Order: sequence, then C-alpha cells, then structure tokens
Amino acid sequence: MSTSRMSLTLGPVLYNWPIARWIEFYNRIADEAPVDRVCLGEAICSKRQPFLDEVILGTVDRLERGGKEVVYSTLALPTTKREVRDIDAMIEAGYLIEANDITTVHLLAGRPHIVGPFVNVYNEEALALHVKLGATRVCLPPELPLASIGIMAAGNDAVEVFAFGRPPLALSARCYHARSHGVPKDACQFVCEQDSDGMDVFTLDGAPFLSVNGVQTQGFVVTSATREVAELREAGVASLRLSPQSCDMVRVATIFRHLLDGHMTQKEAAEALGVLALPGPLSDGFLRGLPGCTAELD
Amino acid sequence: MTRTPELVCPAGTPAGLRTAVDAGAHSVYCGYRDETNARNFPGLNFDRAEMREAAAYTHDHGAKILVALNTFMRAGAADIWKRGVDDAVAAGADALILADIALIDYARKTHPRQRLHLSVQAAAATPEAIVFYRDRFGIARVVLPRVLTVEEIARLTAQAAPCETEVFVFGGLCVMAEGRCMLSSYATGKSPNMTGVCSPPSHVSYREDDGVLAASVGGFTVERFEKGEPAGYPTLCKGRFTARGTASHLFEDPVSLNAVELLPRLAEIGVAAFKIEGRQRGRAYISTVVQAFRRAVDALGAGGRIDFGELRALTEGGRETVGAYKKAWR
Repeated sequence: MSTSRMSLTLGPVLYNWPIARWIEFYNRIADEAPVDRVCLGEAICSKRQPFLDEVILGTVDRLERGGKEVVYSTLALPTTKREVRDIDAMIEAGYLIEANDITTVHLLAGRPHIVGPFVNVYNEEALALHVKLGATRVCLPPELPLASIGIMAAGNDAVEVFAFGRPPLALSARCYHARSHGVPKDACQFVCEQDSDGMDVFTLDGAPFLSVNGVQTQGFVVTSATREVAELREAGVASLRLSPQSCDMVRVATIFRHLLDGHMTQKEAAEALGVLALPGPLSDGFLRGLPGCTAELD
Repeated sequence: MTRTPELVCPAGTPAGLRTAVDAGAHSVYCGYRDETNARNFPGLNFDRAEMREAAAYTHDHGAKILVALNTFMRAGAADIWKRGVDDAVAAGADALILADIALIDYARKTHPRQRLHLSVQAAAATPEAIVFYRDRFGIARVVLPRVLTVEEIARLTAQAAPCETEVFVFGGLCVMAEGRCMLSSYATGKSPNMTGVCSPPSHVSYREDDGVLAASVGGFTVERFEKGEPAGYPTLCKGRFTARGTASHLFEDPVSLNAVELLPRLAEIGVAAFKIEGRQRGRAYISTVVQAFRRAVDALGAGGRIDFGELRALTEGGRETVGAYKKAWR
C-alpha cells in the first residue's frame, strides 16, 4: 500500500464570478484552505479574461504568500489567433501552466507543466507520452472509471483525479448562455455572470439534467470522490482536484484533507459535504463506471 | 485553378462501401466491428475478412479506403487498438484515421511509411495543435472539428501545409467540439470517446401519454412529439430542455449540416477533402448523396458551375444549417 501523502489541487473557478467576489474567494483560499496548489485563470471563455488580467498578479502574490503552489490555467478551446497569443504570453511570463488543449502543450515545448481535465488522456500510454512532453501532473478526464485510473496511476506520481465539483462534460464554439438569453455571442452582455454555479438545465418533465456555463456544459450533479479515496490512494493517485462551486470551498478542502489524513471517516466526510449549499446531489457515478448522472446512494 | 477536392464518403457496411464507390466516392472511410471506432453500432462495420475484401474492391475501382480507429484506447487494453492498426495496414488501408495520441505514436513507430490522418475526435482547432501532430507524428491530413468559421479554416489550411485539411460538408452535426463531449457518458454510461457510441439505441426509449410521444435517452426525456408529428431520433444535444423557465432546443435544433453553398470557397482556400457524414445511413441515401456531391466537386475542379439546387434538395423535408462555418451560429 502506498503511504505517500495525497495532495489537494484547487481547480480554476470555471464560472464568470464578479471580480470582487473572485478576489475575495482566492484571498480566503490563500489564508484558510488546506490545499497544496491553486489553479487560476480563465479556462472557458476568453471574453471574460480581461477582467482577470487586471487583478491576477495581486491574487497570485497573495496565494504564494499563503504557501500555495500557483498554477495558471489556460483556455480549453482556443481557436483565435489572439487567444493563442495570450496563452503564449503567459508561458513566456514564466508561470507554471495548466494546459487544457494540445495547442498549449505544443506552445510549452517541453517545459514542465500540468495537464488539466480537458485534454484526452485515457490510458497509461497516453499518460506516459504527456509526461515525456513535460507534464508533471495530469488531471484525468472525469468520465474515467476507477478501473482505468488504477492502471494509469501505477508506478508514477503524476495522476490527479477530479474529486469534487460539477463534472465538465463538453465544450462548444456556441455560447448557450447567450443563446438562452436571445443575445448574440459577440454582444453577450456577460449574461453568464447571473449563474454562479452555471445555469441549471431540466428535461421537459422537470428532471434536473445538466448545467450550462457559457460555451461549456457540465453535469447537474456534484462529483464527490469521498467514497473512493481509499481505493484512489491504494492505486497510487497523487492528488485530488476540487473544482470551485459557490459553496464554502474552504470547508470542502478541509473535509477532504481531514478524510485523507484519517481525521474523518468516509461517512462523516460525505455527511459534512451533504450539508453544504451544493447546486446538485453528490455523485460518484463516473468513478464507479456508471452513468455520470448517478446520484450517490447511502 | 482550384484542385478538385477529394470526396470522402461513409461506408458503414460492405454493401454500403460498394454503393459509395460505385456512386463515385474518391475515398471511403470505415471501421472494424468493435469499440475501436466512433460508430460502434450493432449491424455496422467490418470484420477482418470484410475489410480485406473492401480494400480490394475499393482499389480495383480506383478509390481509396481510409480506416477509422478513432476512439481512445482503454487503459490496460491498448492491444485491441494496436491490433486494429496492424490489421488495417495489412489489409491495404490508404490511410488510418486516429485520435488517441498514444495510438498515433504506435502507428507511426510500427508502420513508419503508413499515411495517417488525424480524426475529428482529436479536435485540433488551431495551427499550433495541427503542427504538434504534423511535426511529431507525420500526420498527413487533419479532419477539422466543426467549431471553426470558414475564415478560420482558411488560416488553418495555410498554416497546416504540407499537412492537408479535410472538412465535413454534409450530414449529422456535432454541436460540441468532437472528442470532447461526455453528454452521452453522463446520461447512459456509454461514451463516444471510450465506447464509440453517442445516445445509443440501447438506451433510447419511447412512451406515449395523451397522444404525445416522449423520447428518452438514459431515462432523460429529450423530446416530445405531438400526434402526427414525425418522431426523429433523440440525440442528447439536439433535444428540448428547460432553462430559465423556458423550453427550447437549448444546444441545437434537430438540424443536419449542409455546407453546399460554401463548397467553392472551401475549395478556393485549399481544403483538400470534403467529408460526408453518415456511416449509419442506408444505401439509397448514400448513392444519391455521393453522386450529387461527386458532380459538384467535378464541376469545381473543371471550373464549372455547381448545381446547388440538386444538393439543397438532398435535405428537403429536413432542416439544415451551415453550423459554425458561419460566425453567426455561435
């Protein structure tokens, strides 16, 4: 059994939060959250980026003073020249980068980096290739079951698993937030700011189904790997990713840290997460090889 | 002078392949009957012997055969995909269509002279991504994801050279960036990337209440059809959903792609190949569509005029779109 300490990564805020709230969120993370590294930066929509650019240096400084390793997350679906140029500028600035598209892996040209959950790494050979290309940590796509994770995590310390938050499911050139509000993408008025956990999507008979975050589609459920932590540790998984929702993320990080350190049982951790203001039911469907929408059963 | 673009046509079955070749396809694409290709439906695809016969038939008629192994290898089971690569090469495939970076690496190392295409499932949407695959693995052609505008395709095509570009011009339309969509996996546990299926028939059900037919995928209602209304196949991203209290086709209307009006421009900017989607389609449909498009690309190559009326008529009764190729779609 592996005895190495599993670390915690806070993924980037994927939603369009008002900038004051964004700063406040990271300040609190810097001061209070027991996470080892923090990803920040815009991964979903480049139109949101200018707001972050103005304040990001201050936030990076604050997080580093709080003892966190800081990672700069990059766009998951860059298509324009300007988007690619902006990614390149962040690489040149010397940040530790999280690549969320092969474009960024190419621009990194072998420099050490992190691979985020938007890159298709589905097997041990693809993982080894990314490590050879400079990846020091790879957050696996959320649909991978424990069986695959176990094979991939063996014999390396590069594997990170998406352990909390609404699962990222799809990306598009089209903005569904804008479409839903009847405004063109180029004049979207940032309507996505209205939904701090994404816009809930229901079936015609009212069943909760998905969540929309601009050009991204997420699951309605909230991933939770509390029940699988022991198996993930056993398999050699190096870190768990906690993806920010609007609930108390300091509390979420504390619960996972307590669970990893043996200060909380799996049942206590699940109960503690369950009382938070979550946007959907907890789910470990993907990890168990079931449909990702499957809610956790007691 | 515009080069005649290659017409790449779907071949879901051996009979469908012969139909497409006879109808004038420059090349056909097909896959093995297992999880290695992204159209892993019962009743479709080729066993080993059929693939060898298909290659012989295609070559005898002066056409090319492209074998798609474009799902992502399952951890611990890479041999299934590698065997597919080896067998396709042995069968005489003119090119392999691949998406998984590790399978591409294997194919390049094991078969250094084999022509490799990058599947749309790899979603290479920038010049940098294409150069990554071109320079590391010698990818000869990239099938572009349907998230780009024509002008973006022009820029990509120029920068990708000598790697060619291939674009979808007709058939089903993915709304999401291909190879980066887990909607089906979320609703049914069956995933395009891992299992090679999307919104699979095994998870589709219909129920009728009060004369209204409700179609579900994985238990989620995605469309309701009034009495007398034709009931289309329920695909997750083209269903009707409720957001902000309003029901709508939130992601996309139930439309298919028809980029006929863009063919001259796509040829002019140097796109090497036009792809028709639809390995699951019947032979009559394939025959009609392939013949019409072959006439169009021949006209393009000869500097003549395309009969747009004939191509538009192909989707008569159905609804069509040029999708992301025009910026307003976004």
